[in-house]
Amino acid sequence: MSKLRDLLTQTKDVVYTAEFPVIDGGGMEQVKKNVDRLAPWFVAVNATDNTAAHAHASNVSVAIAMKQHGLEPIMQIVCRDKNRLAVQADMAGANLHGIENIALLTGDDVTAGDEPETRRVFDLDGPQAINVASILNAGTYLSGRKLNPAPNFFICSVENPFAPPHDYRIERALKKHRAGAQMIQLQIGYHPDRLEKFCAGVAATVPGLAIIPSVVLIKSAKPLSFMNDKVPGISVPQEVIDRVAQYNRFPPR
Amino acid sequence: MPKLLNLLLAVEHGMKKPVWDCTMCGQCVLHSTGMTCPMTCPKTLRNGPCGGVREDGHCEVKPEMRCVWVKAYDRKVSLPLPTVWKEHYNDLRPPVDMQLKGTSSWVNLITKRDQQTPAGWAKRKEQSGSH
Ligand code: SF4
Repeated sequence: MSKLRDLLTQTKDVVYTAEFPVIDGGGMEQVKKNVDRLAPWFVAVNATDNTAAHAHASNVSVAIAMKQHGLEPIMQIVCRDKNRLAVQADMAGANLHGIENIALLTGDDVTAGDEPETRRVFDLDGPQAINVASILNAGTYLSGRKLNPAPNFFICSVENPFAPPHDYRIERALKKHRAGAQMIQLQIGYHPDRLEKFCAGVAATVPGLAIIPSVVLIKSAKPLSFMNDKVPGISVPQEVIDRVAQYNRFPPR
Repeated sequence: MPKLLNLLLAVEHGMKKPVWDCTMCGQCVLHSTGMTCPMTCPKTLRNGPCGGVREDGHCEVKPEMRCVWVKAYDRKVSLPLPTVWKEHYNDLRPPVDMQLKGTSSWVNLITKRDQQTPAGWAKRKEQSGSH
């Protein structure tokens, strides 16, 4: 049973989700520590899939481990590293382990990671992967071959309303919804006007569609400059960087 | 017949390569994407831009290139393309059929081979009716 689905579809509650730290070291002990820290605050937490194009303990394995420790996962599947067979295998595997929340993402390019020499796959794109999840929900693989019992996925996706072409982001989110997405998490952004326009645009067509914007906690202005300079798709206005920089020292100047 | 097919293939490639950098995916969608080929996107995305488009509208992967989908959207809005083409802009395009790589999309259009999708995809399309 997905608590996330229940809260988002049957209540008007604001729902908080987070991202599970990647697992490279510390083993199950580390998983448990993270769960203990996050579980009191969040309904469900993203189990990432080679986030930022770096290899880590896999999406399915981390999602299972989280679930075993009592934290509801939102298992991400990214199109960058897996062809359509592997994407469906992740889905069928999640279903086998009773994981219901899955999020389908196109994914950062391999050039964002520490192994840029690798082959990029993108056999499916985000909207297609969402549609494939809907197909599995209906009891078959993409080929039409039966999958029994059929999954009951709560299908999530991600959009970036802050990146161009801004108007088109609304249409793209709606396309994802038509493909089967019932919740959209948003990427980090520092343009409230774009956020507002996006949410209003989506709500005008699909009033009930859940949208969860991202909040990032920072200790100084440095990560803002870093994101602005180095992360494609994120732009931070100079005035925001300056405003935060004032508080780098306390009391502020 | 094979001779004619080869001729068509050569003509199609000869026309589309210089203008659209055609990769002969064999299932052309140019008309519905503002006459911009999505296969020139480094991630070969057929359903719109990724989240990595830069603030200046350039590509996450190739900063020197304008994002294919920014171009497509601009053209869809500004070019006097037929309305039916524009209406297809937001279609959910199916995954690329890799078996068609290197074949003529013109022939595949006439034979409707380019509209064949896997059984699961086709069934969902029927049920949801929206794309
Ligand atoms: S920025 Fe545009 S062209 Fe570049 S990978 Fe993303 S969608 Fe493709």
